[in-house]
Amino acid sequence: MTRMTRRELGRLAAGATVLAAAPGLSFAQGAPIRIGYSMSLSGGLAPNGRSSLLAHKIWQEDVNARGGILGRPVELVFYDDQSSPANVPGLYTKLLDVDKVDMVTSSYATVMVAPSMPVVMQRNMCYVSLFGAGVNEAFQYNRYFSMNVSGDDIRGNYAKGFLDVAAKLPTPPRSIAILAVDNEFAQKAADSARYLSKQRGLRIAYDRSYPPTTVDFTPTMRSIQAARPDLIFIGSYPPDSNGILRAVSELRITAQMFGGGMIGPQIAAVQAQLGPILNNLVNWDVYSPEPTMDFPGIRAFQEKYRARAVQEQVDVLGNYLQPYAYAQMQVVEQALGRVGRVDQAALAADMHANVFKTVVGDIKFGASGEWSEPRNLLVQFQGITDGDLEKYKRPGTKVILFPENLKSGELRTPYGAPA
Amino acid sequence: MDGDLVLLLNGIVSGLLLGGLYAAAAAGLAVSFGMLDIVNIAHPALMVAGGFLVVLVGTALGLDPLLVSVLLAVPFYFLGVAVYTFYHHFFERRGDEALQGLAFFFGVMFIIEVGLVMSFGPEQHFLDPPYAFITWRLGEIDIPLRMLAPALLAMAAIGALWLFLRRSFTGLAISAVAQDAEALRLMAVDPVRIKRLAFGLSVALAAIAGGALVVVQPVEPSSGQVFIGRVFAICIMGGMGSLSGCVLAAFVFGVVENVTATFYGPSWSPAVAFGWLLLVLAVRPQGLFGKAA
Repeated sequence: MTRMTRRELGRLAAGATVLAAAPGLSFAQGAPIRIGYSMSLSGGLAPNGRSSLLAHKIWQEDVNARGGILGRPVELVFYDDQSSPANVPGLYTKLLDVDKVDMVTSSYATVMVAPSMPVVMQRNMCYVSLFGAGVNEAFQYNRYFSMNVSGDDIRGNYAKGFLDVAAKLPTPPRSIAILAVDNEFAQKAADSARYLSKQRGLRIAYDRSYPPTTVDFTPTMRSIQAARPDLIFIGSYPPDSNGILRAVSELRITAQMFGGGMIGPQIAAVQAQLGPILNNLVNWDVYSPEPTMDFPGIRAFQEKYRARAVQEQVDVLGNYLQPYAYAQMQVVEQALGRVGRVDQAALAADMHANVFKTVVGDIKFGASGEWSEPRNLLVQFQGITDGDLEKYKRPGTKVILFPENLKSGELRTPYGAPA
Repeated sequence: MDGDLVLLLNGIVSGLLLGGLYAAAAAGLAVSFGMLDIVNIAHPALMVAGGFLVVLVGTALGLDPLLVSVLLAVPFYFLGVAVYTFYHHFFERRGDEALQGLAFFFGVMFIIEVGLVMSFGPEQHFLDPPYAFITWRLGEIDIPLRMLAPALLAMAAIGALWLFLRRSFTGLAISAVAQDAEALRLMAVDPVRIKRLAFGLSVALAAIAGGALVVVQPVEPSSGQVFIGRVFAICIMGGMGSLSGCVLAAFVFGVVENVTATFYGPSWSPAVAFGWLLLVLAVRPQGLFGKAA
């Protein structure tokens, strides 16, 4: 073993002092803060799961470059849940009992968040979920916090934008058709559309569900066409959204407003394929690069994300849940920073009490852990001539119609994609 | 024309076109599962792998996806030969083909799906030929070429295979191996070689089905899961080992699904279609075109 001389030790100490004092340079020390979660890296939810993971990694790099949290580096501990809810309880048990992570966050989507809840609740962990809709309605867990725009009252809020905008049409609509895939989120969306339509006196001309294994949507869309509704509300998942819009285009279906709660048109690959078929589609969304949503930090995040997205083989735009995945970790970071220690009860109290400054804007959680102010966007695709994705990085392509405080354009009618 | 009649006719026509896609997906399985008694549960995954390669090659070379799928059928044939050789050596030869063979193909399916995620990412991939956006209108009947072109290719491929099985010595040997491998051996024909060839053909059909799938819809690594139940049901309904029965069953499935969706909602489609399967099996346990034992 080589012995260090007194002079060498002095040099080393001086060097360390200079580095520590250098502005802009921080070094996290000590045992890392470990944040554990399952994520869908394969299976049907993998497109959003993998892009969320990239957002988390970017946050991890950012926060470690700033010196970590509480002077400790951040380590992400994650496992592939294969988009299978059955795998989730076992993975969270491992994270908490074997890996002994300091914090837990969730995988993406309601179906993956719900099965993790009993394990998380048994260990009294503070829990920040990602795009889980109404998960805590059943559990009523006071340490649950949701990174999702839908708010407490999904039934009263989800389809509100669609029907509020429809109410301002020059010819007020009198009927609506509702179609939704048989899964929890889409059924909640359809329930909201059904509930609010009845409240507003709209006649429900068609109201059906479809199984996720549906291949051909032509007969279903033709039945909707035969019912002649003024509005068509769809709650769908990819790749169904794609099949539905292709069938609508082939059948030349028109409606004053078409869309509502389709998951798919937010995704770059779908936007590239469908191109002008998306024109005038009015749809639920969570983010659009409009001037009204130019929150601090969002551009910097998206620049980093887009620079790596192609290599990581994930959504190339990052205009959907990716900023929210980054914000999910910002909530953990800010709460830990304020509390000053890993104390689950104190963290939960902090999350209930404070406003969080994130790349998706200021967030305040309500009593149930959902956002105290819901922010379901209603956007419309406008002026699309091809599948080029560059336009989706700029304002004007996905115009925000609702809510009023974020509105960036006017509704164009009718929807009727070229055949 | 009466509104309901228009809906019915369109339901039937769109069901036949959908049946064309189902036939493409099920024909390969009719050979491997129906004739060779190999429960290739990975067949839909192979179809999706074919779809991904069609997108890759078609995009790179600017070729039509259906044409690319026909070209890819050749390497897929050799892939099938290799898979069967492995399967025969480690399972069939030892008499372990029942449960362990099923586990093997389940593993193959999982490896293909994960391999596609690792190689291409989990995103949807697509390759739309120009005709995919054209719809022919015959009176009040709509015929989208997105569905028609794959159905026609499927019929052409299955027709060619049917002729091969009926008219060539090797084709007849494949039919024979399904009935009695030992008798075939007595005729100085190696049943393993015949099965290897037949399994290669079944996987080649998966490539063509992949091309058909790409024209109909975008593909993602897990797309095959949608088809697993249907393709096995179609093979059983058509009668094990019967190509013509497989095609007819595929059309029945497509028409029943789409007519049900038109009049009673899409939620009922799978239940009614599989209900038909039970009905057919109750009346004809050997399937529509199968031979009674």
